[in-house]
Amino acid sequence: MIDWPVLTAIAVTPAVGAVLVLFTPERRPELARGIAYATTAATAGLTLFMLWHFQTGNGDFQFVESYSWIPELGINYTLGVDGISLFMIVVTALLFPIGLLAAQPLRYRVKAYMFHFLLLETAIMGIFLSLDLILFFVFWELLLVPMYFLIGGWGHERRRYAAVKFFLYTMAGSAMFLIAILSLAFLHQADTGILTFDFQTLMDWNGLARTTETWLFLGFFISFAIKSPLVPFHTWMPDVHTEAPTFGSVILAGVLLKMGAYGFLRFSFTLFPEASVDLAPLLLTLSVIGILYGAIVASVQKDLKRLIAYSSVAHMGFIILGIFSLTTIGLDGALFNMVSHPLTTGALFLLVGMMYERRRTRQISELKGIWNVAPIFTAFFLVATLAGIGVPGFSGFIGEFLALLGTFLVERPYAIIAAVGVIFAAVYMLWAFRRVFTNDADEPNRAFPDLSVREIVVVAPLLVMSLFLGLYPKPVLDRVEPTAEVVIDHFEERTDYREPDVNVEIVRTEEKDAAPGAEGEEHE
Amino acid sequence: MSELTTPGIEWLALLPILAVAGAGIVIVLGRALAKRAPGVYAASLFTAFVGVVGALVFTTYQWVQVRGDGAYLTFGRMVALDGFAVYLSIVILIATLLALMVSAGFVKRAQLEGPEYLALLLFSSAGLLLMATANDLIVVFIALEVLSIPLYVLAALDPRRAESQEAGLKYFLLGAFSSAIFLYGLALVFGAVGSTNLTTITEFFSNRVLLDNGVLLAGIGLLIVGLGFKSAAVPFHMWAPDVYEGAPSPVTGFMAAAVKAGAFAAFLRVIVGAFSLQRNDWRGIVWVLAVLSLAVGSIAALTQSNVKRMLAYSSISHAGYVLIGVYTATAEGVAAALFYLLAYTFMVTGAFTVITLVSGPEDRLHSIDDYKGLARREPLLAGVLALMLLAQAGVPLTAGFVAKLMVFEAAIDGEDYGIAIVGVIAAVIAAFFYLRVVVTMYMEGDEPDDEASDSAPAGTLLTRTRTRIDVGAGLALAICVVAVLAIGILPNEFFEFARDATLYFRLPT
Repeated sequence: MIDWPVLTAIAVTPAVGAVLVLFTPERRPELARGIAYATTAATAGLTLFMLWHFQTGNGDFQFVESYSWIPELGINYTLGVDGISLFMIVVTALLFPIGLLAAQPLRYRVKAYMFHFLLLETAIMGIFLSLDLILFFVFWELLLVPMYFLIGGWGHERRRYAAVKFFLYTMAGSAMFLIAILSLAFLHQADTGILTFDFQTLMDWNGLARTTETWLFLGFFISFAIKSPLVPFHTWMPDVHTEAPTFGSVILAGVLLKMGAYGFLRFSFTLFPEASVDLAPLLLTLSVIGILYGAIVASVQKDLKRLIAYSSVAHMGFIILGIFSLTTIGLDGALFNMVSHPLTTGALFLLVGMMYERRRTRQISELKGIWNVAPIFTAFFLVATLAGIGVPGFSGFIGEFLALLGTFLVERPYAIIAAVGVIFAAVYMLWAFRRVFTNDADEPNRAFPDLSVREIVVVAPLLVMSLFLGLYPKPVLDRVEPTAEVVIDHFEERTDYREPDVNVEIVRTEEKDAAPGAEGEEHE
Repeated sequence: MSELTTPGIEWLALLPILAVAGAGIVIVLGRALAKRAPGVYAASLFTAFVGVVGALVFTTYQWVQVRGDGAYLTFGRMVALDGFAVYLSIVILIATLLALMVSAGFVKRAQLEGPEYLALLLFSSAGLLLMATANDLIVVFIALEVLSIPLYVLAALDPRRAESQEAGLKYFLLGAFSSAIFLYGLALVFGAVGSTNLTTITEFFSNRVLLDNGVLLAGIGLLIVGLGFKSAAVPFHMWAPDVYEGAPSPVTGFMAAAVKAGAFAAFLRVIVGAFSLQRNDWRGIVWVLAVLSLAVGSIAALTQSNVKRMLAYSSISHAGYVLIGVYTATAEGVAAALFYLLAYTFMVTGAFTVITLVSGPEDRLHSIDDYKGLARREPLLAGVLALMLLAQAGVPLTAGFVAKLMVFEAAIDGEDYGIAIVGVIAAVIAAFFYLRVVVTMYMEGDEPDDEASDSAPAGTLLTRTRTRIDVGAGLALAICVVAVLAIGILPNEFFEFARDATLYFRLPT
């Protein structure tokens, strides 16, 4: 174990960078950029260091730090990592330096961009690390500010509309969330006499009536469903994705959308197990609708970026499906997908962003025959497309397969319908690919420049990681699974729910099959 | 010959009021004697600062004394010196100090009558301080008048703008009207209880039950109406948007921060404190006031195109949050209301300081269109205003978030879920119009069309000359920024302060 507060260091380093950026002169953007590179690299280093010391096979919270923050109200500053949050932090830490490299062409208001960029990283890290409900809520809301400015300040044509829409949707979601958090804490106080927002204390407390639990679950649900986004709550997402700057979309798709799933896993499941079991069919239904709806709407999009945005709705459907299958395998699949989706969708958004920088358009109809003009670009895009579809060999396949398998064990109809979505994904992605890249290039597309070395450095790591995890998922699964088991055990302990036995068998064979590889290979 | 016995007097209890009012009198005398001699304004300014800083020193001493020896009543039980009074005195004095700092440069730029302006501000502040310590309905009434009359004049002080005259007249008419209603309520309460002293009223109810309490309830209702006017709670808010818009900007800031604190001082002490046993009768009224203030304040603000008017409606909705604290009628709720008033003082003064600075020498540029591209022209001022508005919207790590959190906590602790839900929904609606200003400042006006087409180096886009931030306003901004962030990040000390203040405040057990 590490005896210094590594998690605080991870969360605070970008914020320190943000403050330093404020003191750089406006006319020296390279200083602000340098500070941003240094701090995101330092954060990534700290995160990998933390990953190195993370104990595999341990489902509890690790590196826990706890200090009193507002003792008058029982609010603590508690940070910790377990299998649910570990890889979200790693992915975030890796995406940020890549995003910085992708933003190299940015020429205006660089200082402000870097400030919000670093603040965003702190907020995201805080969300995944917090083990105190109010602290979590603080970061959850704080996230809005830099994201709002990034979308509104550096987005596309309708950026103001998108920025405000994003802010209001998220804020509307968190309104009920806050009420639910406060109600939970005061009910706990009424029962035990202790006012606390400490997640672990509330998790162990078993004093909620079933109906109360359902109400509180719904309070949390709205916020997480908007973030996820689940289908009736998704309307903000395509607009915001389309108008956001490239890096904004990468972070939105890669990390922000996972926050909903993370919230369900971390908070809804452990705090309201009864309600989670009761309402699982509702969530399964919504996620299956999301999978089909996302796929169908994606296939009729004219805008390439919007198409990928809708594909994210479908992908998030698989993640929620895996989570609410309430099986260890399903949870494994969902957690794995939460690592994989940022890599594949991130690569696609980056490539579409580069396409936009070259052609000033994202309309599929205006792009044609790029294969002949820019073969390297096309190769990368094809690999990203295949990874996004979930072709075996890429990480997307493992996650979706496990999520479907977990669902199939308990709720067959949902799994069967959801599997259709996998085929749809191939249809809309390959169709779009064919229209954009094949045929002969017309006049405006003939001058399409190929990828530069910098751009290859930006995209390649994501695709390499996706391929690596697709071929060898063990490093992730080993660290994720103990926590998934803890979550399911918590259900069995607190509710009548029992995980089907067959599940256990499959997990064992899988473990036998996996080669005993050296741990920590993902550091490379 | 029988001697006239006068009540024992603890002068210490009145020292802050005397210091502030005394400074005001010195300024008026100085102006009368020195006429238009050069340096009169500078000397007046100095006197004003000495008075307010002196008063702050005295209140700090009072705080130590109250915490050591406990609260006490003096002047024939008409003045109460308890934690509550000292806490609100400190809030009022901070607001006054900040208003003076902002006004120092503003008065000069706007060429108003300098010394008079300062004296009026100080007299109003003295009235507010008296309000915080008043323990008798008569004293509350006197304080109400002392604080209001200078404000009527201050609102109308700008001779170049007709709106200012209109604001003064409107404020005067409606203010006089509300004072009359308050006075009538006072009379009815006196009729029912036989005393105007708040302590006597509490004692009266502690061992008696009124079988026929119609007069009393009418009296309480009228008192609430009178105080509702001063705190600009809906439906008694009609004056606020016009007066806020018309009054000189620093005066508007003072009204929003200090006057609100003073009005709620009376609200809490009279309604929550003295009539605590009748709380089942008045809580329904306060519930309606709170919900209406939250709803009307945040919805009406959406449609405003004048930033000062918008902040007027926003201040109405903030009054709604404080009223949630009043409504709970618990120690938690009172502490939350007190905390809110402290946090709001910094947020709103900071916002109005920026508004004053960017409004031009004539104090006219308040349309939302005037804020287009402010971030380019004035990155510092736009940044501060954005922080203040986000804080008012309740973004975490700012004072506004903690303040709202405390209010909701108090409501949910009392199992008043309905009003808490109204509060959070109002916060979401309110976020929209605060964002509108931020969007205008940061995302509109002289913007590049696209990422690559903009290669112009920073600096060429500055079209207008920069606003000069004078020392006083700069200092006020710095204090507000530091306070908003400090309260937001480390709220515990401030909250303990607010909670200690309620410890020495009588509440139902």
